[in-house]
Amino acid sequence: MDNLLQIKNGEKVSRADIPQLPFADFRQALLDIADQDGYIVQFFAYQAEQANRLLAVLRQGKTLYAAGCEVGDSYPSLTAANEKFHMFEREIAEQHGIRPENHPWLKMVRYHQNYQGKADVFANDYRQEIPGNYPYFQVAGEDIHEVAVGPVHAGIIEPGHFRFQCIGETVLHLEIQLGYQHRGVETMLPTVPRKRLPVICESIAGDTAIGHNLTSCQALEALGDLTVDQGAQVVRAIALELERIANHVGDLGALSGDVAFNPPAAYFGRLRGEFLNLLQVLCGNRFGKGLIRAGGVAFRMGEEQRRLILDKINETRPELEHVCDLLFSAHTVLARFDATGTVPRERARELGLVGYAGRASGLGYDARVTFPTGCYPDLPPNQNEMTNGDVNSRATVRREEIMHSLDLIETLVRRQGETEPVFLKDYQLAPSSFVVTINEGWRGEISHCLLTDDQGRLERYKVKDPSFHNWTGLAMSLRDEEISDFPLCNKSFNLSYCGFDL
Amino acid sequence: MESIISFGIAMLAAPLFPGVILKMKAFWAGKKGPPLLIKYYTFFKLLKKGSVYSNSTTFVFKMGPTVSLGAAIMALLFFPLGGTAPILAFEGDVILIFYMLALGRFFTICAALDTASPFEGMGAAREAYYSTLAEATVFVILVLFYRLSGALSFAEFFSGPAPITVMGPAGALLLLVIVSLFMVLLTENSRVPVDDPATHLELTMIHEVMILDHSGPDLALIELGAFYKLFFYAAFITHILHPLQYGAPWVNGLVFYGIMALIYAAVGLTESIMARFRMNLVPKFILTSFALVFFATILTMGVIK
Repeated sequence: MDNLLQIKNGEKVSRADIPQLPFADFRQALLDIADQDGYIVQFFAYQAEQANRLLAVLRQGKTLYAAGCEVGDSYPSLTAANEKFHMFEREIAEQHGIRPENHPWLKMVRYHQNYQGKADVFANDYRQEIPGNYPYFQVAGEDIHEVAVGPVHAGIIEPGHFRFQCIGETVLHLEIQLGYQHRGVETMLPTVPRKRLPVICESIAGDTAIGHNLTSCQALEALGDLTVDQGAQVVRAIALELERIANHVGDLGALSGDVAFNPPAAYFGRLRGEFLNLLQVLCGNRFGKGLIRAGGVAFRMGEEQRRLILDKINETRPELEHVCDLLFSAHTVLARFDATGTVPRERARELGLVGYAGRASGLGYDARVTFPTGCYPDLPPNQNEMTNGDVNSRATVRREEIMHSLDLIETLVRRQGETEPVFLKDYQLAPSSFVVTINEGWRGEISHCLLTDDQGRLERYKVKDPSFHNWTGLAMSLRDEEISDFPLCNKSFNLSYCGFDL
Repeated sequence: MESIISFGIAMLAAPLFPGVILKMKAFWAGKKGPPLLIKYYTFFKLLKKGSVYSNSTTFVFKMGPTVSLGAAIMALLFFPLGGTAPILAFEGDVILIFYMLALGRFFTICAALDTASPFEGMGAAREAYYSTLAEATVFVILVLFYRLSGALSFAEFFSGPAPITVMGPAGALLLLVIVSLFMVLLTENSRVPVDDPATHLELTMIHEVMILDHSGPDLALIELGAFYKLFFYAAFITHILHPLQYGAPWVNGLVFYGIMALIYAAVGLTESIMARFRMNLVPKFILTSFALVFFATILTMGVIK
């Protein structure tokens, strides 16, 4: 670990300071950390001086490590030794045509031509429509049947393809294939004018507009040497918590609806609207779009807004408690939630789950506590008690986080501190620099990683949504479960399709 | 004449009552809910639409809706609705009726399998399994009724001189029958806690998934058939709850539809206060209804003789 660079969340680092290791050392260092309770924050490839380079950011405890190395067109896979690299290596192969040798399940991630126009690792012909040339994991034998769901679903779910291998009603294996919403966010971000960056980041995942935009703005602030005053930090934290509450409340309602328990589904649906409306009070948009800009926030929070937020929290807190009690005390609901879709702690550790899915399995990682930014260093953390890794635990973590976030907002709203609205600051990005930012979005760890060239232009913009880690967790939670419990498990994770597809 | 009018009213009124369930569920969810006549509007909307047929389907797929609707109407022809004599009746007609309903289901299942969709096969397997279990309950009820009335005809059961009712001498046993018939009603008509008629999640559906490929008028016929089937089971329970022998047919009719509305409201209430069962609990639920009536039947052997 001595050959890796220790970095800080949201701190600018010169690209020359990132250690460029020989591949063997790089691989060994990464595997050492990953084996000792370390997790991957970013692992991606980029082009520099006509060579493929890998860059990895890992976290271990409260420390962040960064390291780089040069690779050719192939390298011995890390996934073969540690599963946490699985999806990252597939992504690298797809984006840059670099083949990880002996990768156990080398498949395309999003179905697109690689950035350099090199020969495709997966032998796909991208002029053809999806599906391309890729196998699904299959189980053979009498009584085995395969169920294919999607990408077109009933209702308003995003597109994704789910392939179940079942014996009767029991699922042996689930494979999830996404990519239907691939828009090319990462390649677009470095090319657009600076003022469009926040607008695009707010659309990476529609339900995480604040989370992604905040992470992006913090990275730009680090590279552009912008400071954010205390008033703006308060507004940012309130917005992030409101987004968390609105989504958790909506998901508890949806979980209730999935088990056909109607009253809480309706009540939670209404309460979700109350919190979206509070975001509107802050910035005029129910999803918080247009609120956060590099250097601060675009709207100041005045006395009227503070009063409206406090009043609404006082009004909704007892309602939330009652509806949660209704949901979590109904024995027919508990019969569905309990011991369904279990991801044991050991499995969650192997996969590196993040966010509430990880916390429900006993991985206590919360980026607000481990890598705090803005107002978070002096705010109390949340403790979740139920860590069985099943649907019930994931639902209970949401409930606890809702209550915790309400407390945080109450504390924050009472903090004084004025801020000047910021719309478009003029700033220059530091040349030949690198920054990684991490935030605890409502779904889990969001991370953006930016590299600038020697002129201070964005050269590589890497986005990672928490869903990138957690989709594999959903697939694992379905093993030996009933296929009819899939929608319930899916909703308890509620992962982002577009955040994954980028 | 009276029988035909009564049958006609039932035909027209059946789509009204599912609206009662929706109103009840909306009430518990704190919503206004759709209008009472929503099922009529949906029916006519669907009739105006065209049908889409998948290339992989054959004539079997198109027969499903017609046969299932026909079977449900047939069942009502033999039923003494509101205490009036049924249009058709003969000794042993109950067996015909329940197998007519089974025939309707058989064709629905065939139509589902005909689409070759993996979900629909799964739904068909669930439907076949659960209705086989429910059949056991129904037939034990018929055995019990035979022991009570010495007949095997709905006309004899309910519009004869000594109708079967909880008010009668075997009332205590019939309470058990009512409970298990209500459980069969929930199972056979894909209601919560067995199935969820409102879900959009294709992997959890039982009945709904089998009819996913049907559209337009075909779907309208299936829905109408489902309303008649639910009406049939609700009417069955109504007659056991209360004998309809007021003399004047319109009084009978009013009381009949009043109790019917209560039964539908009870379905709505059940759906509001409980979640769905996990799929592997459903057989236990259905077999509980079997155990109840089986127990009641054993009691007749010693208690009422």
